[in-house]
Amino acid sequence: MIRLLHRWPGLIALLLVMLLSLSGAALSVFPAADHLSAPQAETSMTVAELASHIKANYPTVEQIKRAPSGRTTAYWFEGDVANAATIDPATGKALGSADPNPVQRWLTTLHRSLFLDDSGRIVMAVGAVAMMVLSLSGMLLVARRAGGWRRWFSPLKGPLAGRLHVEIARIAVAGLMLSSVTALWMTVSTFGFLPDQPAAITIPADVSGQTGIEVSAMTALRTTPVASLRELSFPVADDPTDVFTLKTDKGQGYIDQGTGAMLVWSDLGGWERVSETIYMLHTGQGAAVLGLLLGYLALGVPVMAVTGFVMWLSGRRSRPRIRANAAIGKAQTVVLVGSEGGSTWGFAATLHKALHDAGQSVHTAALSRFDAAQLGHAQHVIILASTYGNGDEPASAKGFLAKLEAMTAAPGASLAVLGFGDSSFPQFCGYAEKISQLAARKGWRELLDLATVDRQSAQDFARWGSDLGTVLGLPIELHHQPVAPATTALTLVSRRDYGAEVQAPSAILRFSLPRLSLWQRLTGSGFARFEAGDLLGVIPQGSTVPRFYSLASAATDGFIEIVVRRQPGGLCSGQLTALEPGDSMSAFLKSNPAFRPGEGETPVILVGAGSGIGPLAGFVRANGTRRAMHLFFGMRNATSDFLYGEELAQWQAEGRLRKIYTAASRGQRPHYVQYALHMQRAHVMDLIGQGARIMVCGGREMAAGVSEALADILAPAGLTPAMLRAQGRYVEDVY
Amino acid sequence: MIKSILAALALTTALSFSAAEVMAKPVTFITTIKNYGGNNAYLALYVTDKSGKYAGSLWLAGSRTRYFDHLAGWYRATGGDTAQVNGITGASVGSGRTLKVTLDLKDALFDAGYTLHIDAAAENMRESPNDVVLPLTTAGAGNAVKGRRYISSFTYGM
Repeated sequence: MIRLLHRWPGLIALLLVMLLSLSGAALSVFPAADHLSAPQAETSMTVAELASHIKANYPTVEQIKRAPSGRTTAYWFEGDVANAATIDPATGKALGSADPNPVQRWLTTLHRSLFLDDSGRIVMAVGAVAMMVLSLSGMLLVARRAGGWRRWFSPLKGPLAGRLHVEIARIAVAGLMLSSVTALWMTVSTFGFLPDQPAAITIPADVSGQTGIEVSAMTALRTTPVASLRELSFPVADDPTDVFTLKTDKGQGYIDQGTGAMLVWSDLGGWERVSETIYMLHTGQGAAVLGLLLGYLALGVPVMAVTGFVMWLSGRRSRPRIRANAAIGKAQTVVLVGSEGGSTWGFAATLHKALHDAGQSVHTAALSRFDAAQLGHAQHVIILASTYGNGDEPASAKGFLAKLEAMTAAPGASLAVLGFGDSSFPQFCGYAEKISQLAARKGWRELLDLATVDRQSAQDFARWGSDLGTVLGLPIELHHQPVAPATTALTLVSRRDYGAEVQAPSAILRFSLPRLSLWQRLTGSGFARFEAGDLLGVIPQGSTVPRFYSLASAATDGFIEIVVRRQPGGLCSGQLTALEPGDSMSAFLKSNPAFRPGEGETPVILVGAGSGIGPLAGFVRANGTRRAMHLFFGMRNATSDFLYGEELAQWQAEGRLRKIYTAASRGQRPHYVQYALHMQRAHVMDLIGQGARIMVCGGREMAAGVSEALADILAPAGLTPAMLRAQGRYVEDVY
Repeated sequence: MIKSILAALALTTALSFSAAEVMAKPVTFITTIKNYGGNNAYLALYVTDKSGKYAGSLWLAGSRTRYFDHLAGWYRATGGDTAQVNGITGASVGSGRTLKVTLDLKDALFDAGYTLHIDAAAENMRESPNDVVLPLTTAGAGNAVKGRRYISSFTYGM
């Protein structure tokens, strides 16, 4: 909801808001320049002194005006010629032209009315409303993203466009709020909807009728400091009934030209004062520094407009278009999607189309948008949910479980849950299971038992589709063809071979970073952003199914590195290990945020064997903060397949790696890496006591052995690997 | 810019005539503004009698009453009473443009010591009360006069 309130005003008013902010920023310079260039009066100077200085030089002076910047202007006639000039208050002499700056006038008219008078003012007011709505909704989004108002300035992650957008927004939003609210006040005031007009005061009939007193002797002027002067108008020559008109920042009044006494005075009303203050805050006239600050903050708007547009566009691109999406209140079937990377949306689109083709009206939306009250007359709710990390909710499902928990009565529609995941992970479809269990507890009627789709299997999905068709009595066939990810050609720059002597032929393959488009840089897509531990998807020739390799480098390293062990008869590993420098292959990037050491100062225990060393080596390489990292590495023979042996020694010397324990499964004292853990059990326990995070990468058997060993080590302390896993302190990347 | 309205009413309140004497004819006032390089000008056309007392308003160009006080002569004469210009206001006049107003005025206004005043003002620029001051006479019709600050030429014709 808040996101929609942010997105649509932003997109619709994009150009208008940019125009407003750019012209406003340009205008903000003028009050400051005016303040610096205008000669200022002495603070002790009174209006009587100023007026008499000017009168001495220009006896026919009709009016003196003083801008909030201190610029004093006098108007007089010489014969028939109307004269006006900026005045030096100290001497009362003309300094230069009083003509308004044409650039400032042009910009002002553009800024407030687009040269279209009242209709233009209304358009610009709509722009100000858009700016205000954007600021308010943006504030809520920033707070939500950061996890609370207190974390307003917390560090940001994610693609460049998003970070830039929020980085600017959280500083600029205060200024933008002030500018837009004051702009709206001024518009309403200009159109006469506020009771802030100056009260009309009439000249009293009983003036003295005398003339001739010197202005320097007038009491009313002698008691008014120049600093508060706005305007002084002189009486028409030879009209003894006329008066002086004085306007100050406090009010206005008439002065008898014969006695110099104030005849009548009217203070500014409360509304007038507020309007004047608001005018000052908005224009910076009288508050030049604030004006400059507001103008500077407004410069963030074009950047936010562009980055916001990029974010919207890349969000649209990352999920397939759902055609014929019915309104939620009218849909027979509601499909809700919990997806992290976007692949589940592809399945949802296939399901949506199949149901629609079978004559159903279907509404498909993100799981986070679930609202039991809005289900209307829907008969069925189908939830497609992937799992993020260790059974956590994926991005598009934020807050769903809480809503489900808060639900008092089960919806009338029946429910089917389909989980998506990777069965090699312990928490396979853990999130879908949580949904299914909670829904059952809430008494939500089931349409189908919980089913799962393993590794995006089209067969699993088709099977479930035919079950669904049977219970719905509809001829449904789900042929899901995953959209092949866009691949990039990577060129091998170097390879280092290991392990041939011990029947474990492995290679560290280093590819050059491909050229990035501006779009990729802004959105962080493609190879613009990746960390060690993310996955490189490779589709070998002769296959459509990608294989994934953990990255041993980050984007900041300037290259893409993986470790590949050639499997006997392996299609992909065979092709990769046959590459020579200069050869290229096609690959894509898949983010794997669950397998990262994270931030903090707690120790990290890295456990790997064979080619599983890849991402672990990457973590050590990236350990610029010299966090305590301890590596347990299992290989066959230290003389043959000690992958990264030289670098590890060097990183240890640099302090990136605290300690390395190796285990060789061949040779004199053959043992596995889990044995090395056993040997260091006291040390391991000590590190865990300090809050250490354990990261395991390698084959499934090795991972199982490590888990067993850890169970033994932890048992005396009353801990289990499952407990650490639940805290996110024990993560695996297993193949 | 042509305005034609029955403005006889505008002066009846100020000037009392017996019914028999009321004879009216259309009078056209043409005011051309200098190219002064500022925002649109506000103009007030009003009449004073022999003794210099305010008699009534003919036209006020400018839509926002909050700025009427910058038409200083008119404002002093009327005390800022917007009822004086009810139904006889129009848009402000752009730099270099011409305001043409046709009003049905009583014959008795001419050659009877009445004086026409035009006040002018523009945003952030000089206020110019009495930019034009001109006796209303039948003989003066068609003679162009120059204003003091904003008005490059003013004529009235019957």
